[in-house]
Amino acid sequence: MTTVPDIWILAEQRHGRLLDIAFELLARGRELADRRQARLTAVLFSAGLPAAELQRLIAGGADRVLAAEAPEFAEFALEGQAAALLDLIRSEPPEVLLAGATSTGRTLLPYVAMTAHTGLTADCTGLEIEPATGLLLQTRPAIGGNIMATIVCRAHRPQMATVRPKSCRPLPPQPARPGEIVRLPMAVTGSRLRRTGFQPLTDDGGIQEAERLVVVGRGIKKPEHLRLARELAGVLGAALGATRDVVDRGWLEYPHQVGLSGKTVTPKLYVGLGVSGAIQHLAGMQTADTIVAINSDPEANLFKVADFGIVGDLFTVVPALIRELREGGTPWAK
Amino acid sequence: MRIFIPIKQVPETKAVRMDETTGTVIRQGVTAILNPLDLYAVEAALLLQARHQAETIAISMGPPAAETALREALAMGIGRAVLISDRAYAGSDSWATAWILAAAIRHCGPADLIICGERATDGDTGQVGPELAAALGWPVLTYVNRFDWDGAEFRAGRRVEDGVEELAGTLPAVITVVKEIAAPRLPTLAGKVRARQAIIPQLTQAELQLDPAAVGLAGSPTRVQKIFRPHIARTCQRVMAGDAEQAATACRDLHRFLHDRKVV
Repeated sequence: MTTVPDIWILAEQRHGRLLDIAFELLARGRELADRRQARLTAVLFSAGLPAAELQRLIAGGADRVLAAEAPEFAEFALEGQAAALLDLIRSEPPEVLLAGATSTGRTLLPYVAMTAHTGLTADCTGLEIEPATGLLLQTRPAIGGNIMATIVCRAHRPQMATVRPKSCRPLPPQPARPGEIVRLPMAVTGSRLRRTGFQPLTDDGGIQEAERLVVVGRGIKKPEHLRLARELAGVLGAALGATRDVVDRGWLEYPHQVGLSGKTVTPKLYVGLGVSGAIQHLAGMQTADTIVAINSDPEANLFKVADFGIVGDLFTVVPALIRELREGGTPWAK
Repeated sequence: MRIFIPIKQVPETKAVRMDETTGTVIRQGVTAILNPLDLYAVEAALLLQARHQAETIAISMGPPAAETALREALAMGIGRAVLISDRAYAGSDSWATAWILAAAIRHCGPADLIICGERATDGDTGQVGPELAAALGWPVLTYVNRFDWDGAEFRAGRRVEDGVEELAGTLPAVITVVKEIAAPRLPTLAGKVRARQAIIPQLTQAELQLDPAAVGLAGSPTRVQKIFRPHIARTCQRVMAGDAEQAATACRDLHRFLHDRKVV
């Protein structure tokens, strides 16, 4: 038995690579563990990753890595992983268990929470802990993002939550951080589901990984005007995103959609062209470092979250911006 | 083959209000509809009903008025409907809801397949499907975009972040479906008439006899502690660009701003 409380995060890997969400969860978990003076454990299901890869989890903030390994765990395997996770929880119950709000986390955690008879909060964007009690304050958007709700799970343990990807940044890696790596070979029996294949997606929009993002809203008026947005994106080295309105009209594909019903993004630069800033959209982008809004409507909601706003017709402003970025130079820097 | 389709009645508008003291949704005065994402589950069930002469049963937990949502499913062609309604179940979180649904489905006799929508548009958790599967001890496939059953085995596609996973297995199982599964049909006139005349039996605590400590608010591990409006705090440097000349100046200012922030 440990005397210090334990906080666990589920470090997800896919096709043998650790996902970004693992490091985002480590950043969240590290903050909670420091507040609570707890140990931070990363639980990883895989067919066996190299030691250097596991070490990255320590460098990312974990005090300990529990690497549950079985050939069946090369990819997500619900029943085997749920059984293994329940065994781990029962043998040394953590106070908190976090996973990404990914297709894996949103399947595995509810399955485990039911059997473990504990509470689970979906899609959290904010997490805090009471240092004395270890009570986890789990904040998530509710009712389409109009309202934030803070949820607690007082009597049941572990307190479980899925955390929205890209809702925080990983810590800078500290390669010298000490930590323990425990490999646990697992025997998987009696799975009723069989994986028979995988069809990879060809175009994922690239908006979640992009450091810079140009996003178009209904204000672009016509799909032909996307050319202008693409040109600006080209000059900035940015990916192209869209609001739900634009995707619903079929002007861009769903993988490009930013917002509550699309993807959450945290780019260094977000430039919104004719984006009104519906609350569902804001919920998916307001953690961007720098937000620029270009819109002819001075009342557009996006201005409220923007760092720099240009009120004007985007068909005048965007060509001017492209010209400025291409030819303007930076004389003030001299 | 017996298929259960758990559905939920949700408030229609996005202008839903919440009771600031209890943290629950105020449903009064808001139009209630069948959760739009449940339409895909209903359609998936109807396709299996036609192909395999499956028996389809829509089931919902909610106040007596939730019957309306069940009638929508009947109008689309679902075989019959059951409403779980008891004051003791009010305030249930996803754990308690799944627990009650599992008990109700067991009460209604054998089941081979349960088809859920991806999530409800009000609670937005997407947890009840997997929790229901765990409560029944069945496997679950989430985000299903394709489902075929040959009488012995099913083959399914599962839409994940970087592609589609292909899975096979035997029933029973719970699946949660995404929009790609099928385009929901509209109710027919005959369907509407049948739905209006249908008698929808109610299951209450008298039938299910569940431990009061495992249902409703008391049986819910999670509790809403507070609700608040997200606050937005950034100071926006805003410039006007009424004509081409102003636009050029504005873009110059923006360029410098981005440069100072080391973004370009």
